[in-house]
Amino acid sequence: MYVAVKGGEAAIRNAHRLLADRRRGDRSLPSLTLAQIAEQLSLACDRVMAEGSVYDRELAALAIKQARGDLIEAIFLLRAYRTTLPRFGYSVPIDTAAMHVERRVSATYKDLPGGQMLGPTFDYTHRLLDPSLGRDGDVEEPEIREGDDAKVMRVSDTLAQEGLIEDDGDVPGEEIGDITRTPMEFPMERDTRLQALARGDEGFLLALGYSTQRGYARTHPFVGEIRIGEVEVKLDVPELGFAVTLGRIQVTECQMVTQFAGSAKAPPQFTRGYGLVFGQSERKAMAMSLCDRALRASELGEDIVAPAQDQEFVISHSDNVQATGFVEHLKLPHYVDFLAELDLVRRMRGEHAARRDLQESMPEAAE
Amino acid sequence: MDAGMDADMDDGLATYNFAYLDEQTKRMIRRAILKGIAIPGYQVPFASREMPMPYGWGTGGVQVTASILGPDDTLKVIDQGADDTTNAVSIRAFFAKVADVATTTETAKATVIQTRHRIPEERLTEGQILVYQVPIPEPLRYLEPRETETRKMHALAEYGLMHVKLYEDIARNGHIATTYAYPVKVEGRYVMDPSPTPKFDNPKMHMSDALQLFGAGREKRIYAIPPHTDVVSLDFEDYPFEIQHFEEPCALCAAQGVYLDEVILDDRGGRMFVCSDTDYCEKRRAEGHRGHLAGDTLEAAE
Amino acid sequence: MAAGAHIVEGGFADPVFASQSVFRAVMDAMARPGPVQAIDTDLRPPAPLNIAAAAVVLTLADADTPVWLGQDLARDDAVKGWLAFQTGAPLAGLPSEATFAIAANAAALPSLSSFALGTQEYPDRSTTLILQVETLTEGEALTLRGPGIKGSETVAPRPMPGHFDMQWRENNALYPRGIDIILAAPDAVACLPRTVRIGEGES
Repeated sequence: MYVAVKGGEAAIRNAHRLLADRRRGDRSLPSLTLAQIAEQLSLACDRVMAEGSVYDRELAALAIKQARGDLIEAIFLLRAYRTTLPRFGYSVPIDTAAMHVERRVSATYKDLPGGQMLGPTFDYTHRLLDPSLGRDGDVEEPEIREGDDAKVMRVSDTLAQEGLIEDDGDVPGEEIGDITRTPMEFPMERDTRLQALARGDEGFLLALGYSTQRGYARTHPFVGEIRIGEVEVKLDVPELGFAVTLGRIQVTECQMVTQFAGSAKAPPQFTRGYGLVFGQSERKAMAMSLCDRALRASELGEDIVAPAQDQEFVISHSDNVQATGFVEHLKLPHYVDFLAELDLVRRMRGEHAARRDLQESMPEAAE
Repeated sequence: MDAGMDADMDDGLATYNFAYLDEQTKRMIRRAILKGIAIPGYQVPFASREMPMPYGWGTGGVQVTASILGPDDTLKVIDQGADDTTNAVSIRAFFAKVADVATTTETAKATVIQTRHRIPEERLTEGQILVYQVPIPEPLRYLEPRETETRKMHALAEYGLMHVKLYEDIARNGHIATTYAYPVKVEGRYVMDPSPTPKFDNPKMHMSDALQLFGAGREKRIYAIPPHTDVVSLDFEDYPFEIQHFEEPCALCAAQGVYLDEVILDDRGGRMFVCSDTDYCEKRRAEGHRGHLAGDTLEAAE
Repeated sequence: MAAGAHIVEGGFADPVFASQSVFRAVMDAMARPGPVQAIDTDLRPPAPLNIAAAAVVLTLADADTPVWLGQDLARDDAVKGWLAFQTGAPLAGLPSEATFAIAANAAALPSLSSFALGTQEYPDRSTTLILQVETLTEGEALTLRGPGIKGSETVAPRPMPGHFDMQWRENNALYPRGIDIILAAPDAVACLPRTVRIGEGES
């Protein structure tokens, strides 16, 4: 006699209990605090905030802890929380020219006003594993240049003064596109494309940006400037008649300077690719700026010849929460459809065999 | 704030609205549902939200269900026709928690049925609502990956590509090789993806007494078939649409003319076929029907 | 602030459950054109806005949906203020810009084709007209056929806009474009989605 498997509820409960156990690991070790994660795995938090599109370091740390360090899972947790939050309003655009800069590099000039500031970078570290980190040794206090709050000029502004680079473009009117509030529609405008890229998967954008460098829609990119630092977030309050500062956030901005031959209307000039990401995430901001530039192909009258230029392809597949969901859903039961296919394949094999048998018997019949 | 506003899910740390979604989201989805009903088979874009379960696991269906569900409803959730598959259990538990709604496994007692991959065997009735979870709502997607193109095809009712594909199947295999997610034409206008139900279930969509709603979360589309609406599976005069037939009846309840699951019994090729619709099968056994592998008494089978 | 008090009062006492029940009535009415669905609510909208029409708007409209008001309603500051406060919906200047249109006076209604009709690519982007009527059962009977209807159904709204039969046939001819109508008697609704055909004979 056959007894069908039952008890999904108990199985799920037990699986989650085991998950909690594995997440905690060895109980004789202290549990990670959220502050430890936020302070010592800060770049992981930055990525989760950026792709989760919520700027909240503590929640990001919580999500990372809950996800056992699986960052896409943590991003998903934050997104699912974000979607329940009420929308109070839209901030005025942040002013990255007024950024309190901690790192700023330009590849297009040897030196420039404000200087090159390396900041807290992995660049020029020799990638040698450091055994002293395994021992919780003392760490030197950093050297901080005091009292230099002057605005750091943007490289793109220098180029713009000579007309050598295209205009920055205008903020698109009062209606700010928001792909989390309105369904996407292709072709997409640049504002919503940038939003999608800012939320997009770092690895996916990295690979696409890389592909443009290898000739799949080459744009001759130069890093005009990368800057990382804090900016103020302000909200216009009509009742008060001025913008109120809500707080400061850390962002990474990349202005990629790229080539454009000019057209009948426009003289030859450099064009821009733009990347902006929550927190410190240079790789993402740079990859984003390459993708942004590649996606402007039709706007600039370029032929669409490579994946990175194809906005339906790029934007439809850049979201890792969507991608991981759909890829992983294949592990859900599909046996109803599988049986339908099984039935068809069996039937077709049967017919194939019958035809073959018939053919094999034919010569004999002819003799 | 009124009592129903907050379904307190997490010891006061985070509170969520009744049926999880905020009211603004529900309004947006409700508007999309109404337009979907007014244009049967047309995919209405909607600003799908991130849900607390992954995309691909029923977020579209869950959003539709959350937007229609009220305290008087009785909810049934099935996956592969079964109430006890893990994802069905999980979604049912979600709604029991966030909407405090009554749940059932009995098709006839449900007012709202959320499903993945099957339509119940029992004929649905006036007043019932069937909510489908849809992975890829665009029937033309595998023929033309671009939304900009497929949208034009729907606008012009230009479905030649679909017929060409089905015909190529016949030329190559002697059969239409589509066994599930078999395209239908709704009310003579829109070609529609019925979600990955086996084509066995397609005839149940035609002139159904129930309202059928379809939610695709990741792809951000909602569509609908009102009750008593013409739903025709695409075919050719010389190759008419036909559904799967099973040689043997259900091994547990002896039902015929229902969709069966193949169950592997051992590693020597032993297998049996049982109803995919678990509620239907249990009900028949309770009525005394016995298949050749069923025990003599119901108790023994539990 | 007497005027202010008016606009904040008379809304749903329990918006979550009230709007769910109103929505289900409207959804049933849209899915099954003809049969009248009761609207049972505690709303107290300012006249001439009737209760069912108000319930539908509060259930479906918000800051994302421009609402166009027919003459009698647009002239009434209490109605405008109440709707603005209760829904947050912006007023549409033209019928063709409206997601929802509310009309209390059928005789003064502009032609159906002046509303947003959607596009061939996006036929859903069309106006839903909420038309207030005195009755859904005592006017001239309309015979309805189409999706959602087994055989035929009737609804008997009054008053209806001039040349409604002809206007509706024109609306039908635009399919899949076209407007959808929610007929709102004070305590009930019935719907005419664009797929509904009105008249005898044809099947």
